[in-house]
Amino acid sequence: MRRKKIYLDFAATTPVDPRVLRVMAPYFSQKYGNSASLHSLGQEARMKLEDCREKIAKMISAETSEIIFTSSATESNNLALKGIAFANKDKGRHILISSIEHESVLQAGEWLKKEGFEVEELKVDSYGLVDLDDLKRKIKKETILVSVIFVNNEIGTKQDIEKIGKICRKKGVFFHTDAVQAFGKIPIDVKKMNIDLLSASSHKIYGPKGAAFLYCKKGIKIIPLLHGGGQEFGLRSSTVNLPSIVGFGKAAEICQREMKKETERIEKLRNFFVKEILSQIKGVHLNGHPEKRVPHIVNFWLEGIEGESLVLRLDLEGICVSTGSACSSFSLEPSYVLLALGLKPWQAHGSLRFSFGRLTKKEDLIFTVKTLKKIVEDLRRISPFKLEK
Amino acid sequence: MMLYNKKVLEHFRHPHNFGKMKNPDAIGKAGNLVCGDVMYLYLKIGKNKENEEIIKDVKFETLGCAAAIATSSVITDLIKNKKLNEVFDFGSQKIVKELGGLPPQKIHCSLLATEALKEAIYDYFKRRKRKIPEKLKKEHKRILRQQRILERRYHKK
Repeated sequence: MRRKKIYLDFAATTPVDPRVLRVMAPYFSQKYGNSASLHSLGQEARMKLEDCREKIAKMISAETSEIIFTSSATESNNLALKGIAFANKDKGRHILISSIEHESVLQAGEWLKKEGFEVEELKVDSYGLVDLDDLKRKIKKETILVSVIFVNNEIGTKQDIEKIGKICRKKGVFFHTDAVQAFGKIPIDVKKMNIDLLSASSHKIYGPKGAAFLYCKKGIKIIPLLHGGGQEFGLRSSTVNLPSIVGFGKAAEICQREMKKETERIEKLRNFFVKEILSQIKGVHLNGHPEKRVPHIVNFWLEGIEGESLVLRLDLEGICVSTGSACSSFSLEPSYVLLALGLKPWQAHGSLRFSFGRLTKKEDLIFTVKTLKKIVEDLRRISPFKLEK
Repeated sequence: MMLYNKKVLEHFRHPHNFGKMKNPDAIGKAGNLVCGDVMYLYLKIGKNKENEEIIKDVKFETLGCAAAIATSSVITDLIKNKKLNEVFDFGSQKIVKELGGLPPQKIHCSLLATEALKEAIYDYFKRRKRKIPEKLKKEHKRILRQQRILERRYHKK
């Protein structure tokens, strides 16, 4: 009875595109050279590495020397926050981050607090948008860095990055954005958007896990987390993970080429899905901004139901999604992102995230709505909290 | 599906004895919306041939994760037709054992069911204006105190 899996969790990770896998293959055991070696195998690797760097730099209107390859977006975010903080602490020790950052930014911030930095949170409104007046008010003489997530991974809300960048530039504060859910999905121009630092990852755009980058604008003082052989302009020592970076480069290239068409396709599917869910299932509410959002992420909360049980019931029917419920997290706390939006804990517990991608088809969404409807009815019959008629 | 075993999933998908009960002799409520788990346990108390009080019927309503729903379902199986004085000291280990185990981070979910049962028996004694055993009184107080702590924690946020 179990049919093929319907994967609607593309914001968590994506499958590697076969076209990406193909170009990666030779770099494991044929072109295996170390890009730091002088001989031809090494130089061949070096050239390929620089080729990937150039491709990615172009995509965000950066220069090649401004792209530092890392192993994950978590590493990129850590490098941005800690690297900037320690390199610029003579100027000040004040850092501003939004309250809906990814854990890797929040936790790096928490650690910096223990190291004597003042890390302050920026408020977001009920849609998850950073309050620009709050930002202007909170930037002070000692502020060295502002970090705001480009597209939130749970609710899909897209910040007004250009405006935030402008404010930071005017005040002479570095601006970092975690663009993991934006890179490869929406056009990014670091110059036009006044972005000083930007993190992005390969596995969210149909590339392999284990590759990511940090864009760091030329001339900005930053110190490395990893010391060693001096790879990546001395900012990230480690033997370069070329197979993954080659895959990342190819994945980025495909995303760039297909972006417009794919965005339109996903947008249509998303609009259809949201309309169907809201009209067919009672007591469902859309989280996040109605317009300022990316098409590939939607988040709802469902009255009278707990999210983990929804996710598991859907999984038993072959549908993979995620939730902000406490029961599904390691910490047993509900999603801090949804709470920051002003949702009550029980609303966060009843939340469900669907994220779409290249494999998503309309018939999958039709099946998902139908299945979800039945599961919601089942769980509400078990729940002591009934919908008000 | 790796997190839960087959038996847990079976109870989760097809829970036994769920729904609201008409005119119950006792209701036990446990859990909290702040945590995301809430359980109502309804009891109908009758007597066996020996004139001892037994749980004649039991139903539950639960909002919660798979572990909460599965433990709710299994406790109704375990206490149905049992003598009231037999289920007094019902521990959560029994439920976990009956289910063939729960993931470590989900063990606490099984407390929801035992607390609802204790609250239901407390409610039964109270409704009948009978003397409530000290142990049950203490448990009742502890459960209420826990609720208050949770609510305070939430309002502080």
